[in-house]
Amino acid sequence: MKLADVEYVRADTVEHALALIAAQDAETRVLAGGQSLMPLLAMRLAAPARLVDINRLAELERLEVVDGRLVIGALVRHHRIATDPLVARVAPLLARAAPHVAHPAIRNRGTFGGSLAHADPASEFPACTLALNAEMTLASMSGRRTVRADAFFEGLYQTAARPDELLLEVSVPVATEASRFAFVEFSRRNGDYALAGIAAAATADGDRLTGVRLALFGIGDTPVLASEAAAILESGPVTDALVKQAVATLDGIEVRDSATAGERYRRHLARVALKRAALALARPEAASCR
Amino acid sequence: MTSSPALPAPIGERVPHRRTRRLAHGRGRYVGDIKIPGMLHGTFVRCPHAHARIDAIDMKAAKSLPGVVAVLTSADIAKVCKPWRGVHGLFPSLNAPLQHALAIDTARWSGEPVALVVATSRSIAEDAAGLVDVEYTPLPAVADPESARDGTTKIHPEFGTNVCLAASHESGDVDAAFTGAATVAAETFRFGRHTGVPLEPRGLIAEFDPTERRLTVHHSHQCPHQMQNDFAVLLDLPEHRVRVIAPDVGGGFGIKQQLYGDEIAVCAASMLLGRPVAWFADRLESFTADIHAREHVVQGRVALSAHGDILAFEVDDLHAIGPYSQFPRSSAGEGRAVLTQTGAPYRFDALRARATAVFQNKGMSGHYRGVGQPIACAVTELLLDKAARKAGLDPIDVRRRNMVRSADLPWRAPTGVVYPRLAFEECFATLEAHVDLVGLRRDCADARKNGRLRGLGLACFVEQTSRGSGFYGAGGVAVSSRDGCTLRLEPNGAVRCLSSITEQGQGTETGVLQVIAAAVGVPLDSVDILTGDTATSFHGGGTWGSRCMAIGGEAAWRAGRALRAEILTIAAHLLQADSTALDIRYGVVVDAGGAARMTLAEVGAVGHFRPHDLPGLNPQLVASASYGPDTPFRAGCGIQLAVVEIDPDSGMVRLDRFVVVHECGLVVNPLLVDEQIRGGVVQGIGAALLEELLYDSDGQLLNGSMADYLLPMAPELCDIELLHAHAAAQGGDDLGIAGVGEAGTTGASAAVLCAVNDALFARGVSIAQIPCTPERVLTALGVI
Repeated sequence: MKLADVEYVRADTVEHALALIAAQDAETRVLAGGQSLMPLLAMRLAAPARLVDINRLAELERLEVVDGRLVIGALVRHHRIATDPLVARVAPLLARAAPHVAHPAIRNRGTFGGSLAHADPASEFPACTLALNAEMTLASMSGRRTVRADAFFEGLYQTAARPDELLLEVSVPVATEASRFAFVEFSRRNGDYALAGIAAAATADGDRLTGVRLALFGIGDTPVLASEAAAILESGPVTDALVKQAVATLDGIEVRDSATAGERYRRHLARVALKRAALALARPEAASCR
Repeated sequence: MTSSPALPAPIGERVPHRRTRRLAHGRGRYVGDIKIPGMLHGTFVRCPHAHARIDAIDMKAAKSLPGVVAVLTSADIAKVCKPWRGVHGLFPSLNAPLQHALAIDTARWSGEPVALVVATSRSIAEDAAGLVDVEYTPLPAVADPESARDGTTKIHPEFGTNVCLAASHESGDVDAAFTGAATVAAETFRFGRHTGVPLEPRGLIAEFDPTERRLTVHHSHQCPHQMQNDFAVLLDLPEHRVRVIAPDVGGGFGIKQQLYGDEIAVCAASMLLGRPVAWFADRLESFTADIHAREHVVQGRVALSAHGDILAFEVDDLHAIGPYSQFPRSSAGEGRAVLTQTGAPYRFDALRARATAVFQNKGMSGHYRGVGQPIACAVTELLLDKAARKAGLDPIDVRRRNMVRSADLPWRAPTGVVYPRLAFEECFATLEAHVDLVGLRRDCADARKNGRLRGLGLACFVEQTSRGSGFYGAGGVAVSSRDGCTLRLEPNGAVRCLSSITEQGQGTETGVLQVIAAAVGVPLDSVDILTGDTATSFHGGGTWGSRCMAIGGEAAWRAGRALRAEILTIAAHLLQADSTALDIRYGVVVDAGGAARMTLAEVGAVGHFRPHDLPGLNPQLVASASYGPDTPFRAGCGIQLAVVEIDPDSGMVRLDRFVVVHECGLVVNPLLVDEQIRGGVVQGIGAALLEELLYDSDGQLLNGSMADYLLPMAPELCDIELLHAHAAAQGGDDLGIAGVGEAGTTGASAAVLCAVNDALFARGVSIAQIPCTPERVLTALGVI
């Protein structure tokens, strides 16, 4: 199919972009990598009147450590997340998740900010930001504000960003020697959207884990923190029994159903993912992230 | 391979497909690349309901949109286009409902075209299509095969039944065989509906010239001659003024093999408007508008003697085909393949087989790669495994024991099919020389002892290729089983070939070029080929049923030998030599001692420009031949072996090894033959593990996109090892080529399903359904 007529404007500066998306005269969508938006337009599932192209805004491509946090500009491409040594060193969870994001051609264009702003519940980076306690910086004509990942993902393709706001950048804490991460995803084929998966972060403290954050994805309308399971994993040395107890907390969570993967199957995969992630957090040397 | 020493190079050489370089450089010319002055673009309004009455179509808003030229409904199209019935003369009891290009009064599948919008651009046409307001009254829909057969809703009330065709065959004393059997194994198999997904979707440009009543169609199609005939008959045009040109075609797999209502509606639109009209299927609409295949429920059982001899098979196949019998080939073929290919690799005495095709409110079905053969193969192989395990016999030994041997040839199977040539002894020997079957089995057994789910599956298969005219021609279906080739000697001594074979990426053109180069005696690069144009070539069959190399290659060989003979006659005349003492090697006429006497360029120059040097000879410099087999089919056969490991946590099936042993007579180009088989295997693996068109009970397709309809991709596959067995030539005076196009698909899903069940057997469970999704695996294991 061909997309419906749409006005295209390329923003020259962030201020220009903000003015364009604040304009009330037309329904506007921001175009970054276009890997989700363009198919939606082509399938006529979305028909905005105006596209604001932010791809020339160089300041949204920053990737640097500032005050103990890795700042990732909204336009940083998935490929860079997957391959930049800085990311691998200070935010290894993101580097580990990146190869699961679609295929190389898509990773070359798709952007980190775009993935978060699109908020597909089956995609990898929203869950990672939740596990990493990320902060999203949103900008509008009236100023900037920071929203924590916990509050950013509001629903299916819904975020806390207002229509006049642009996601500028995201920051995550720099990993320490004691940081532990795990990423497990189940999909039918390499690069497919997840049937279920988990992005997990914790801090090792002797034989215990603290600050456990387990972000499940692919199972609900948003990535969700398995807080009860996290609390159990923090409650003592991570043994098989403790993991079993943590996994059992997933019995009560809401899991979506679909024609291609039923609710029971997704819940089961979430359990397996959590089990594998928990063991990987406790014994990182034995971790295998497929 | 016959490895006949009489067949010179480049026959037998691994030559890359000639088109590849051009296509890889972006120089392809697909139908979507063609621009014709004044060309309009069409798009279809399709019915969103699986079954609905069309009450009214309001086109006012659409017609008033600037750039819209016409909005056509079934009534408009009917002015120039007749409706059709997918009948078949060999099956007089086949119920073939009248089908119109666009739905008239009632739509019978979600995706059936209802109106055609024609505009100056595709975008405008799509804008306008969104403005066409169709009022529907939804009707009860029939979706699954059993309710189609047994339910009260009739899709075509005039027949009083949803059964399109019920066919059966019985031979030998089946009841006695089962009564006396030491072991009987029975199973009900379910096969998911799937579709071929060519890289290039369907599309065409129809160009009607009213001054001469001449229709030219640029068509992404496998069978341009068939379409020339269909368009002429249905659009009431003289056939010799209909020209169908298939330019570069990006994959077919049977999807581009029949007449589609949307496609002939585009031709009708061009006739009504007097302007070229283009339509290219969108990938999303392809999922509902392209043909589907292989939605079967098969109840089968097999009887074994105490020694493991196969005594009898019984199969009852229920096949759901969508709402119409496909045209022009009818929907008889797929069920018939199940009837006639059950147990094909094996000796047995008795068979009871029934095949019932039923109408339902889902997308049209047609002939996807392999047609019913993969179904018959999977049922046969799974039943054998089950029976062998039940009897405590080795499944591979049971196969070896029962396979048709050369001493049995010609083998008259209980299906009524006669196989003049099968080569299972050679295939088994080749497999065992390459694969340590005992070691592989031990490896799987050891893994299972450690709690892993690892399995080995083996499937023997027979592929019927290169059919004669006994099925379509004898059934009154205007589909050619022949192909033709015309060769011209150009003044520079090169050869130009006009062939009726068609090319969708298989490499057949390259194989035919090799045959011509060998037959005439010229370098491969000295032969050029033009295919896919009904105005230039013999009325041939094109691509279907694994036939182009075997039939079109034979025609090319014969034309090549005829041209060679004339060249030698001319050369002999000029050299005042005996033509039987001359030969042509690499473009040069040589004498018996191999000494060069004259080049073909000299022959060409004399023939074309100085024929006075050849008084009385009247050189033709052109030779044609056509060929069609006078046998029902030529069989290729082989064995496919799969090793899988199942993750007991996730239910995911990982392929660890895949081996194909194949015997197909003369292999003209081993590189391209191997790739054909590998491609077919991949589609069979897709069927076994991934691909399934999921419909709800209301007949709505639930996963009609590339994100949800899962095609196999490279990371999910393992290497596919290819081995060719060599059996004696089949005799006769032809090249002895059997087709290979569907071989991979025919056996692959059976091998994978057998391997999955081998892995699951340790846990006492089994799966008789494809695709073996992880969800189904875990359900079978009792995990979810």
